[in-house]
Amino acid sequence: MRKILILFAHPISHKSRVNIEMINAVKNISGVTVHDLYEEYPDFFIDVKREQKLLMDHDVIIWQHPFYWYSAPSILKEWFDLVLEHGFAYGHDGNSLKGKIAMSVITTGGKKETYSSNGLNSFPLTDFLIPYKQSCTLCQMEYLPPFVVHGTHLLATNDIELLKVDYVKLISLLKDEQFKLKDIDNSMFVNEFLNN
Amino acid sequence: MHIDSVFIQIMIYLLAAVIAVPIAKKVGLGSVLGYLIAGIAIGPALFGFVGNDGADVMHFAEFGVVIMLFLIGLELHPSMLWKMKRQIFGLGGLQIGITTVLISFIASFFWLNIAQAITTGLILALSSTAIVLQTLSEKGKLQTIGGRHSFSVLLMQDISVVPIFAILAVFANQVGSSSGLEIGDEIVAEKGWQKLLLIVGAVSVIIVGGKYAAHYIFKVIADTGLRELFTATALLMVISIAVAMEAVGLSPALGTFLAGVILANSEYRYELENTLEPSKGLLLGLFFISVGVSIDFVLLVDNLMLILGLLLALVLVKFGVLLALGKLFKLNTTQNLLFTFSLAQAGEFGFVLISFATQNAIYDEFTSGILLIVVALSMLITPLLFIINEKLISPRLLKSERKESNSDIIEDTDNPVILAGFGRLGMVLGRYLNANGVKSTILDINPHNIQYLKKFGYKIYYGDITRPEMLEAAGAAKAKVLIIAMGDRQQIDKLIEVASKHYPNLKLIVRAVDVAHDLELRNKNIDAHRQETFDSAVQLGADALEALGVSKNRVYRSSVAFKHWDRRFMDNLQKRYGIDDPHFVMETKKFSEHIENILLMQQKHPYQDMDCAWDNEPLISEAKKEKPDDDMRK
Repeated sequence: MRKILILFAHPISHKSRVNIEMINAVKNISGVTVHDLYEEYPDFFIDVKREQKLLMDHDVIIWQHPFYWYSAPSILKEWFDLVLEHGFAYGHDGNSLKGKIAMSVITTGGKKETYSSNGLNSFPLTDFLIPYKQSCTLCQMEYLPPFVVHGTHLLATNDIELLKVDYVKLISLLKDEQFKLKDIDNSMFVNEFLNN
Repeated sequence: MHIDSVFIQIMIYLLAAVIAVPIAKKVGLGSVLGYLIAGIAIGPALFGFVGNDGADVMHFAEFGVVIMLFLIGLELHPSMLWKMKRQIFGLGGLQIGITTVLISFIASFFWLNIAQAITTGLILALSSTAIVLQTLSEKGKLQTIGGRHSFSVLLMQDISVVPIFAILAVFANQVGSSSGLEIGDEIVAEKGWQKLLLIVGAVSVIIVGGKYAAHYIFKVIADTGLRELFTATALLMVISIAVAMEAVGLSPALGTFLAGVILANSEYRYELENTLEPSKGLLLGLFFISVGVSIDFVLLVDNLMLILGLLLALVLVKFGVLLALGKLFKLNTTQNLLFTFSLAQAGEFGFVLISFATQNAIYDEFTSGILLIVVALSMLITPLLFIINEKLISPRLLKSERKESNSDIIEDTDNPVILAGFGRLGMVLGRYLNANGVKSTILDINPHNIQYLKKFGYKIYYGDITRPEMLEAAGAAKAKVLIIAMGDRQQIDKLIEVASKHYPNLKLIVRAVDVAHDLELRNKNIDAHRQETFDSAVQLGADALEALGVSKNRVYRSSVAFKHWDRRFMDNLQKRYGIDDPHFVMETKKFSEHIENILLMQQKHPYQDMDCAWDNEPLISEAKKEKPDDDMRK
């Protein structure tokens, strides 16, 4: 069984509709650790050693957050800057994360169509995730296609319920060591794979 | 008087003060008693350095009282004064009325006729503004409820000096004396409406002048940049008012007090205070010395039993009236005792009024001589009465007081937070909660805090929250959080005990007074506790680093790091030791070394332990190692 670490970054989680529901749906599953970065480090004083230990204790790392300016809320950048130290995550002797699986779980206000060459956001969403993908490559981790929730502003309660089912399904697939990750790799979003 | 003898007189007065006052303060008697004793020492009775000119000095020194009331006025805004109207006119009026009637009644049993008895009642009803206010402010009690009530009564007494003069003048006329009437002369000679017009005119000049003209005058003077000129102007103003008041037959002290109140909002307020404070102190001291000098010890010794009896009767009558009135005005026992003990003497106006009555043949020499001694002695024992109350009576009552004190009735009990203690710490805390829209029920035991903050719209209740009934009344059953922000460690611990015993679900947020207390609190079941000065100390340290030119982010990170390290260290400390362990002290020493080491390390290797990833040194060294490979590839 793979152990899953969800690094959750949402600065105003009390106003979150979708993210919090998703977190609540998975947080009690055994083998899953939900780590709320804004709750743990309100002063941005990230405990690097503790975070590194958490990473080493898990097999799958999920960065879950709303999409802010085509990236993550700022604390997650701080987390990358401080936790993925040279000599720990990368560099000559930095092999601690080698072979781990990583992925992004992202919610966007904009609809799926806006993330295209002729849409408002000009590029497909995965283009914006290149820094994450390359960071994983540098840290010798496998970066899976993201789980993306588009158009959160207009999601009905029913849609959110369906979403939660998908997310739970994803988590249980990732937990299962028999499951072949190669299967996911071909889809643009994990969501597509789940609904096939 | 020859100039040399003036200097010698001044020298004697000052020398007596310089010797006696520090000694009196040192043994806890207060400065007023020191001055009085100095006066007795240099007076005819003891060393006889100064003779019968004590009365002249006293007349001059009374001006100190005038300046004092001006300064007190400066600290009282008109709106505050208006709020005190009930105490001033109600309490003050009752005190003067009842005391006058009682003393007049008792006096009529002695050798005095009706007019003399009433005169005596009126004179002795007054208390000593000088001694009481000086002593109260020296003890920091002027702002307490008892102190404010005392002040109100004294103010009313000052106001009533005018009608008392008028009454004495009427008696004087009946006696048929034609001797040198001073103030009474004018009062009687002029028609009532003329006099009223004069008074209204003088008061209006003070109000209008103080409100509109004073500002410009002080500005012009201040612009000259000459400090002494400002002093001169301030004194000129006070003296002019005093002269004008005397001319229309009002008490000079009352006039300057009024001027002070009007200037309370002026931007020159502090400048005026600083300028006049030394003159006031010196003149008051002189005044107290002259009271000491004026005591006629020959007469005293000859009539010792009579005088002591009268003194005792005077103090007891005033005492009884004050105590009853204090109860009527709902003072709690401690405040009532302060109020009662402070006003149970006759005052400096007594000297003026007695000599006025003597000049106008209301009193004979003997009566006035006896009364002067009684007034002086009653003033002399006032500081002693304060000490008796402070050392013997109040402390004993305080314990039982806490139990039976008339706490406020708390109205809104649905607030999620109870804030216990609203002093230095609680006030900021309360403001913070308020800013976040969190409603709290605030309790404090210090009446001064409450009085003060109620003015700013804070709803604060008086009461001892360590009593279970009070905690319940504050809504502890419904509240979620109890913040213990009191300053007294024992009270804090007591409240924790009571609260966790009766309300186990109530979350406790506790102020720790020092490191040891903080550690001790760790062993109790408390939701949060903070050492009261810790955060601001670290913050000031951070400010200092910034002032030294360390970059702001580095300063910020190091201050947060320090706080985190400190918490962690305290955790370890607690795990290892209980509170009473003798190793504790040793360990705290180690603690400071520990932190020192961390911070030193930090300086040598920035962010060695925390923000290593921002440091590109390892990257540089690796890049250097890999460089040969690059060269080969080329």
